[in-house]
Amino acid sequence: MAMKERIRFTFAAASLLLLGVSLFLLLAVFLPWYAALGVITAVVAAAPFGWRRFSLDTRRKLSENMFILVSGATALIIVVFVAYFLVHIFLLGQSQLSWSFLFSPPTEGLTEGGIFPAIVGTALLVIIMSLAGVPVGTITAIYLTEYASNTSVIARFIRFAVNTLAGVPAIVFGLFGLGFFIGTLGRQMDTFAFDQRMDDFQSLAVAAGSPFTGDSRARVEEIRAMFLGDDATGWRAEVEQLRILQELRGEEEVTVAEVTSFFTAQQRPHWGQPSILWAALTMALLTLPVVIVSVEEAIKSVPRDLREASMALGATKWKTIRSVVIPGSMTGILTGAILAVSRGAGEVAPILFTGAAYYLPDLPTALTSQFMELGYHIYVLTTQSTDVEATKPLLYATTFVLLMLTFTLNFTAIFLRSRVRARMLR
Amino acid sequence: MNTLPPSEPIPDETPVRPPSAAARLLVHPPLNEGKTFYLSEFLAERSIQAIAFLSIAIILAIFFYVFQEATWAFRDHMQQASSEQPVEDNQTRNSEEGMEEYRPATYGMEEEEYRPATYGMEEEEYRPATYGMEEEEYRPATYGVEEEEYRPATYGVEGSTVEERQRENSISLETSGNNDSVTARQLLLANDTIHGIPEYIWQPVSQVPKYSLVPLFVGALKVTLIGLVIAAPIAILAAIYISMFAPRWMREIMKPAIEILAGFPSVVIGFFALMTLATVVQSITGAQYRLNAFVGGLGMALAVIPIIFTVTEDALSTVPKSMKEASIALGASRWQTAYRVLLPAATPGVFAALILGFGRAFGETMIALMATGNAALVSADIFESVRTMAATIGAEMAEVEFHSVHYGVLFLIGAILFVITFSLNAVAEFFVRKRLLKRFQGT
Repeated sequence: MAMKERIRFTFAAASLLLLGVSLFLLLAVFLPWYAALGVITAVVAAAPFGWRRFSLDTRRKLSENMFILVSGATALIIVVFVAYFLVHIFLLGQSQLSWSFLFSPPTEGLTEGGIFPAIVGTALLVIIMSLAGVPVGTITAIYLTEYASNTSVIARFIRFAVNTLAGVPAIVFGLFGLGFFIGTLGRQMDTFAFDQRMDDFQSLAVAAGSPFTGDSRARVEEIRAMFLGDDATGWRAEVEQLRILQELRGEEEVTVAEVTSFFTAQQRPHWGQPSILWAALTMALLTLPVVIVSVEEAIKSVPRDLREASMALGATKWKTIRSVVIPGSMTGILTGAILAVSRGAGEVAPILFTGAAYYLPDLPTALTSQFMELGYHIYVLTTQSTDVEATKPLLYATTFVLLMLTFTLNFTAIFLRSRVRARMLR
Repeated sequence: MNTLPPSEPIPDETPVRPPSAAARLLVHPPLNEGKTFYLSEFLAERSIQAIAFLSIAIILAIFFYVFQEATWAFRDHMQQASSEQPVEDNQTRNSEEGMEEYRPATYGMEEEEYRPATYGMEEEEYRPATYGMEEEEYRPATYGVEEEEYRPATYGVEGSTVEERQRENSISLETSGNNDSVTARQLLLANDTIHGIPEYIWQPVSQVPKYSLVPLFVGALKVTLIGLVIAAPIAILAAIYISMFAPRWMREIMKPAIEILAGFPSVVIGFFALMTLATVVQSITGAQYRLNAFVGGLGMALAVIPIIFTVTEDALSTVPKSMKEASIALGASRWQTAYRVLLPAATPGVFAALILGFGRAFGETMIALMATGNAALVSADIFESVRTMAATIGAEMAEVEFHSVHYGVLFLIGAILFVITFSLNAVAEFFVRKRLLKRFQGT
């Protein structure tokens, strides 16, 4: 088998390379790099000559032990690294970790204070994301497992799409969020709302008590009075804008068309700008495959006998799903939701330009407000800090909080999932 | 033949029967065959179907949308932009409509309206804050400091070429405004020359924007390959160790360790690469730039190790036990078994792991954005700063003008990323998994 030979050769070469590189890095700490390279070359060149001197049995044992040693060492490297990483981050952030850190906003140009707005922003983000994503993902999974036949082209296509969607880079979702949610949907909503507003204005302008009757021109004060007489709070933005119009126009009278075009020029995006709603919807799309896969697994783990018993009792398919399948797969749905939340809390790329704010001490109040987020806060502190030394403890503490958050979520999900799997095996 | 009386379904809602002809037509036959028709059930099932199709429609929409927006790079923006940017065009200049565009904002206004805000004010009112102050008081902080001390850290570093590029840009300024659509030629071929040598330059924000995708692609490939070269041996060896040799306690430790590593948000890995790894790498190698492709690659390796490990371990554990036992019974040592039986048998799975890892690293944004230095250079040196495709989107998308050429090019990069990761996943999914199954099931 030429293929097998080639694979074995590639693998041997790769592991030797790894051995060489790690040896090189180890030596390079003490020696200049060319000396380290020389030592390694010498070892590699000398190895085949010494090797043949051993008996076959010794060679076998030696190679076995060496292999176990090397592979065990690599496994150990991973474990040690993870442990080191956690301890490192905890120790460096420890000095900042306190309740006041968690519950106060950042101050002094992000070099002091806490991360409260970021925590609230992250929480709101994942809550809106779960509200949007988990039901849709669950229902899609139910459709896939219960209604779509396994062999049908549609079901296979959907499954393929879901699987590949899981591998699409997060930044592409961010692009979609910016282009579609903000650029298309948000702008459309703005235009729609504005057009409706202007229709209201037109009908006010032709109504009986309108100042525009007569020569169809009105002074700015008269228009303001008209708005205030109609609905003081509803026309707040327009009344504000009229003040600017008055400063420009003075005593001069304006027509309806002029007022409309002035309002158009003054229009500010409301939905068509980055906001927590669009960021959460983008994130919901990103986590949709996670939910679908996890719920599908749970639904499949509901024992067949239960379903058949329900059917045998005369329950219809929908009744069976509602009172047997869904309650039975509740853990799986929960697992999917938790995994999605954990992914959503850690992912930064999709919200880079769909709603995360650099610095915003006020908590988000509406669906259209921007927000601070833990991961984005780490990114900002790392790359755009004004005073690196002052930010460092804050940075490590923030990272520690984010890590603890994702770990708690992940391990809850893993625990629940292991219960689902155990039932599947039974 | 005696038939049982038809069993009545548990009535939970008032049955509506018989259904109208229209409702019968709407109902999919398998859902309703020989059964009583319940309106609530019908509605529930239809809405499940509708929502499922909706979510699939959204998935497809992502596809189409990214591609559709990418076309803004190739559209002719001259007409689009004419309302914002004056264009030298005699026809529009002579027409009355065209004139409006060129008129100053104050055209037709009364003098009072466009007077500066300070008109008629006393001189004291609009004096600058520093008026009358001693010179020492409003000097910049760097006054009197030697020039070397307040130069930015990058001063003089490869500066000659950057300055030359800028100079050449200003010379070749006669080409029209910066909203020209790009061509595939400009995206893929050399778009500039320095001392007669063709250069690939990504310089989207300048007088003459240059959009060469080559440095970005090379950068992404470089970081990804470095990441894979580091991660693959570690992850594969560890997977073999865990599935073949490891004592039980080691397995118990390894699983959560890998889970934790997989649970690291990429921004945390990027932060670690930037703060710690970069310093370590620079002190060992003495690299000129603190943030470079190698540091980025190390970060990528951390992100990719869990993927490769998990998939490889999965593939190794699906190798039938009989193969392993046969090998050991024939007198092969455990490592020979692992090396000559298990690994070749699981090769498609290992390939799948590598492909998935490649896809993940290629599209990874935050690590690349934070740890690679973000300089779009084409070179073979792994200690040079690079800029990857995903990082470019992440860094530039927030400042870009909606529906401009730059916007289109960034979406094009997104589309390319999409296509690459999509096809890699498809290969891993279809080709590799099928082959793995075929090998073990002998079908």
